[in-house]
Amino acid sequence: MLDYFIPWIETFQEFLFLAARAFRNIFRGPHYVDDILIQMDVIGVGSLPIVVLIGFFSGIIMGLQMGRALTTYGAQGQIGQIVSISLVREFGPVLTALLVAGRNASGIASEIGSMKVTEQIDAMRALGTDPIQKLVTPRLIATMFVLPLLTIIADFIGMFGGALIAFGLLNITWSEFWNNGWRALIYQDLFQGLIKPFLFAIIISLVGCLYGMRTSGGTQGVGRATTQAVVVSSIWIFVITAFIDPLFFT
Amino acid sequence: MASAATSEVLRFDDVNLHFDGTPALDHVSFAMNSGETRVVFGAAGAGKTVLLKTALGLVRPDAGHITLFGEDITRLKESAMYGLRSKVGILFQEGGLFDSLTIAENVAYPLVNQQARGNGRGPEWEEEVDAKVQESLNFVELGNTLEKYPSELSGGMRRRVGIARAIVTGPPLVLYDSPTAGLDPITANLIVHLLIKERDTQGIAAILVTHRYQDGHLMANFRYNPDSGRIEPAREAEGPGGVRTKFFVMNEGRLVFQGSEAELRASQDPYVRKFVK
Repeated sequence: MLDYFIPWIETFQEFLFLAARAFRNIFRGPHYVDDILIQMDVIGVGSLPIVVLIGFFSGIIMGLQMGRALTTYGAQGQIGQIVSISLVREFGPVLTALLVAGRNASGIASEIGSMKVTEQIDAMRALGTDPIQKLVTPRLIATMFVLPLLTIIADFIGMFGGALIAFGLLNITWSEFWNNGWRALIYQDLFQGLIKPFLFAIIISLVGCLYGMRTSGGTQGVGRATTQAVVVSSIWIFVITAFIDPLFFT
Repeated sequence: MASAATSEVLRFDDVNLHFDGTPALDHVSFAMNSGETRVVFGAAGAGKTVLLKTALGLVRPDAGHITLFGEDITRLKESAMYGLRSKVGILFQEGGLFDSLTIAENVAYPLVNQQARGNGRGPEWEEEVDAKVQESLNFVELGNTLEKYPSELSGGMRRRVGIARAIVTGPPLVLYDSPTAGLDPITANLIVHLLIKERDTQGIAAILVTHRYQDGHLMANFRYNPDSGRIEPAREAEGPGGVRTKFFVMNEGRLVFQGSEAELRASQDPYVRKFVK
C-alpha cells in the first residue's frame, strides 16, 4: 500500500526542491531578462486571444443561465451583481488558469522535455549554465506576472459578455448592470481574485518545468510528460481553489 | 612533481556508480595529463558516456573520488562546478546543439555564458565573440553556416558544429562522445582529422569515446602538419600520437584494459580483441 504512494511523495518532494531553487534564483544572478520577456510574450500575449474569447463566452453563458433563474423570481436586476462576483472570485481565475495550463504547461513540458531527451539540458549544464536559472526561473517569473493580468482581462471581458445579455434579453440598462456589478465587489473579492492566479501561475509553470525536466524515453516520453503536466496542473488548480475559498468564506 | 606542461587534468580514484542496482562504473581508476589522449572502446551500455558525464560532474559517483584540474569534484556543489566546467569542452553523442538557436548562437553560447557569469562586457566584446565563432566554425570547415539552424544541417555537420562549440573557448580538456557514430567513412575520417588537428595545434587533452578502432589508430599514429595543413603519419620520435595516446576498453562499467595500441593489439582477452580490427 505504502509503495503506491512513494512515487507521489517523491514527485512532490522534487516539486518542492525545484520550487525552492527556482525562487532562490530570482534573487541570484545571472538574470536572463531576455528569456523572461520572451516567455511573457509566449505565455501572456500568446494566450490573450483564447482568454478573451473564452472570457467573453463564459460571461454570455453566465448571463443567460443566471438571467433565466433570476427572472423566475423577478430579480433580474441583480444580474450584474451575480456575474461580477462569480467571475472575479471564481470563474475568471480558474478558467483562465485552466486555459493557460492547457496551453502553456503542455508547451513548457514538451519544450523542456525535448531538450532533455536530446541532451540539450546536459549540454547547458556542461557549458556552465544552471538549467533552472535559464529555463525554469524565467518561466516562473513570466507566468506569475502575466497570469493575474490575463485574469483581470478575462474578468472584464466576461462582465462585458454578461452585460450584453442583460441589456439585450433582460432589459437591464448598461449603467444598472455596471453599477450593480461594481458595487457588489468588496476588496476581499478582488484580493481573492488576484491571489489565486498568482498561486496558479506558480503551479502551472513549475509543474510544466518539473515534468519536462523528468522526461525520459524519447519522443514518447515527451508526449507522456506533456499530458502529465496538463493533468497534474489542472488538478492542483482545483485543489488550491478548494483550500483558498474557505479562507474567504466569511 | 609534474611540470606545468604535463600537469594532471583528470583523475578517477576507484569510482563506483550504480543505476538501479546495475553498475555503470565499477572501481574505475585512471589519470591523465595535459596533452594526452584516451581512446575509450566498449559495447553499448558499457559505461563510456557515463564515464564522460561523471568526469564533468553531470553525474555524481556513489563512491570514489574524481579530481578535475587538481580539484576534488566528487561532492562539489553544482553552482561551484560551473567555473570548472568552462575549462572543459564536450561533444555529446547526439550533438546537444540548442535547436532554437542558430549555428552562430550555438557556438557563441559558451562565450556568452562566461560573460554572463560575471566577466563583464567590454565595448568590443561582441566583435570578439563574432571573430571567435567564425574562427571556430572555419576550423571545422563550416564557416558559411552561421545563420542556419541545426535542423538544416546533416548529422555529420551537426557533429562538426558540436566540435566547434566544444573548442571555441580553447579549453585544456575536451571530451568527445562518439563523434563518428553513425556517419559515413568519409565524414567520420574528416571528423577524426579535425580532432587530431585540434589536439596538435592547441595541445589539449582529450577523451575520445568511439566504436571504431580506426579512430583510435588515427589518433595514436597520425599528426597534423601545420606547414602542409594535412594529416600525416607521425614518426615514433616526434609523437604526439603513440606515447601520449592510451586505449581504454570498458565492459559493464569496468575498465578491463588500459594500455598502448601495441598492448591492445597484443591482448588475448576475447572481449578486448573484438575492438581490434
